[in-house]
Amino acid sequence: MADKSDLVLDVKNLKTVFFTNSGLFKAVDDLSFSVKRGETLAIVGESGCGKSVTALSLMRLVPDPPGRIVGGSVSLEGTDLLALDEAQMRAVRGNRISMIFQEPMTSLNPVMRIGDQIVEAVRLHRNIPAKEARDIAVEMLRLVRIPEPARRAREYPHQLSGGMRQRAMIAMALACRPALLIADEPTTALDVTIQAQILALILDLQKELGTGLVLITHDLGVVAQTAQRVIVMYAGRKVEEASVEALFASPKHPYTRGLMASIPAVPASGVPAQARLNEIPGTVPSLVRLPKGCAFAPRCKLAIKRCEAEYPPLADWGGGHLAACWRAEEVAEVA
Amino acid sequence: MTAALLEVTDLKKHYPVRAGVLRRQVGTVHAVDGVSFALGIGETLGLVGESGCGKSTVARSVLRLVEPTSGQIRLDGEDITHLSKTALRPHRRSMQIVFQDPFASLNPRMTAGDIVGEPLAVHGLASGKELETRVARLFEQVGLRPDQMRNFPHQFSGGQRQRICIARALALEPRLIVCDEPVSALDVSIQAQVINLLIDLQRQHGFSYLFIAHDLAVVAHISHRVAVMYLGRIVEIADKDELFRNPRHPYTQALLASVPIANPLAKKLAPLVDGDVPSPVNPPSGCAFHTRCRFAMERCKTERPALVEANDGHRVACLLNEGTGRPNAIP
Repeated sequence: MADKSDLVLDVKNLKTVFFTNSGLFKAVDDLSFSVKRGETLAIVGESGCGKSVTALSLMRLVPDPPGRIVGGSVSLEGTDLLALDEAQMRAVRGNRISMIFQEPMTSLNPVMRIGDQIVEAVRLHRNIPAKEARDIAVEMLRLVRIPEPARRAREYPHQLSGGMRQRAMIAMALACRPALLIADEPTTALDVTIQAQILALILDLQKELGTGLVLITHDLGVVAQTAQRVIVMYAGRKVEEASVEALFASPKHPYTRGLMASIPAVPASGVPAQARLNEIPGTVPSLVRLPKGCAFAPRCKLAIKRCEAEYPPLADWGGGHLAACWRAEEVAEVA
Repeated sequence: MTAALLEVTDLKKHYPVRAGVLRRQVGTVHAVDGVSFALGIGETLGLVGESGCGKSTVARSVLRLVEPTSGQIRLDGEDITHLSKTALRPHRRSMQIVFQDPFASLNPRMTAGDIVGEPLAVHGLASGKELETRVARLFEQVGLRPDQMRNFPHQFSGGQRQRICIARALALEPRLIVCDEPVSALDVSIQAQVINLLIDLQRQHGFSYLFIAHDLAVVAHISHRVAVMYLGRIVEIADKDELFRNPRHPYTQALLASVPIANPLAKKLAPLVDGDVPSPVNPPSGCAFHTRCRFAMERCKTERPALVEANDGHRVACLLNEGTGRPNAIP
């Protein structure tokens, strides 16, 4: 286990629920994880698995109503964020913990110059003159490798391309040198050549600034190329956690294994034309009517009676490789 | 190659840009700027490129859903570029399209059965009991249960909705199905189901796909041949294996190097291009990629490379090495 002081973020038994007309659903259920200084943790899963609600819970931005964090703790540099009042939280948000979103156009203010938006973020947390904040803004834009940063700082979001906007978002998120950066699908809306640029940039800056990074994504390729550790989520729960090498070398959960088998690979050597992909049958279950046992059991080839009756606990397979599956031992043999 | 089902020659689609009170034309968007390709019977041609490269406009022009500015589209040898609406109607049966967003392309007030049966009814091919049997059979073909015919689109998941769209496209037994990003909106595990379905259906029915996607891995998986587009033009076209093994155009090479590989031991991401795609309103002179190309020469700024054969069936539009691009150049 790592030195306690090395932990930037320590989440324990986080539980976030939504109250809707069709019933209560547990978007995040009993989730625990931690992030060390300078470490990248990827959270991967399909739509509705709870990965974005996890991000919003960490930021205390879950819309209430209908959502509410009903249990657990989120400790950032030793402070439990869930115990803070809203004013205290505002002092932390954007300062010690900040977030970048999927769609930069909807998270930037369209009628405010890029530079002014960064200045606003900086002066909210630091009592410094406007002139100095403006210098920081330009410096941040230079740091995210926007050409001619002084000129770009005076432009509006619509004058920037998608990739440039995401760079500006990153500049804003990092302006106060946060201890933790949460990136929720930061490159999903971008083209692949731009995605490669932005991912490389995030990783460079993280190394330079020593920020802890929680990267939320659905793309296993992005996970493999960026993260040190990975959490796989399914229907609101963590089903597997491992170092990125261990996860890709020997996935323990049938869902993880199924996901890996279902992604088509770019053939470096000849894959036979039009080979069939391995598919996971069925669809992600509705969070309102979750089965009593393992939520993946209805889609799982290995499911037995026990899987439907009892939720499997997270078992440790050594080296911090956790998996919640009754039959994890047999996963490798069957597939 | 087998006989061509679809032949597109020098297709262009330009849109005027208007501004000011008088809506005067101030520029032209070169959405598609001289695209030629042929698609064989039973073949899948993948069309890849980044947003704004014109791939969707090519798809829509082929179906005459947008009117091309110039060029020629031949289906089964017959020129359909200028056919009137009525004259085009019999040809419509042989070309169908599946769109990206299965939420936006299904009428929420129609039952799934009516949606799939509508093309048959419109073309007067079946009615009453027979229509119902044929729709039920289409449902089975795409992996849906016939008892789901009475359900409405909102009662289906994203993957199932895409199956409904595919069933509707199949109804008229087309010879060409244009797929415009058919799996981009779906989750990974569902995406694999739909790709497998498309492959199985092609094996059974022998139709051709024009398959448009931005995801190189998906295109690599389903296609026989692949064309790469950049700013309204095809920069490289080849058999799938050849294209991925020996990409010749620096842009294709950059695209391939940008795809994150799902293996932590593989070499790390190395962005091979800087900057963004230039605007198609005023595309760069010469080779449109010269502004981002690491190998651009003086000539590239003024001379526009033609798409020429570099080796057997592998065509590339690049001035390097006497018009054959850079062989085997992924570092």
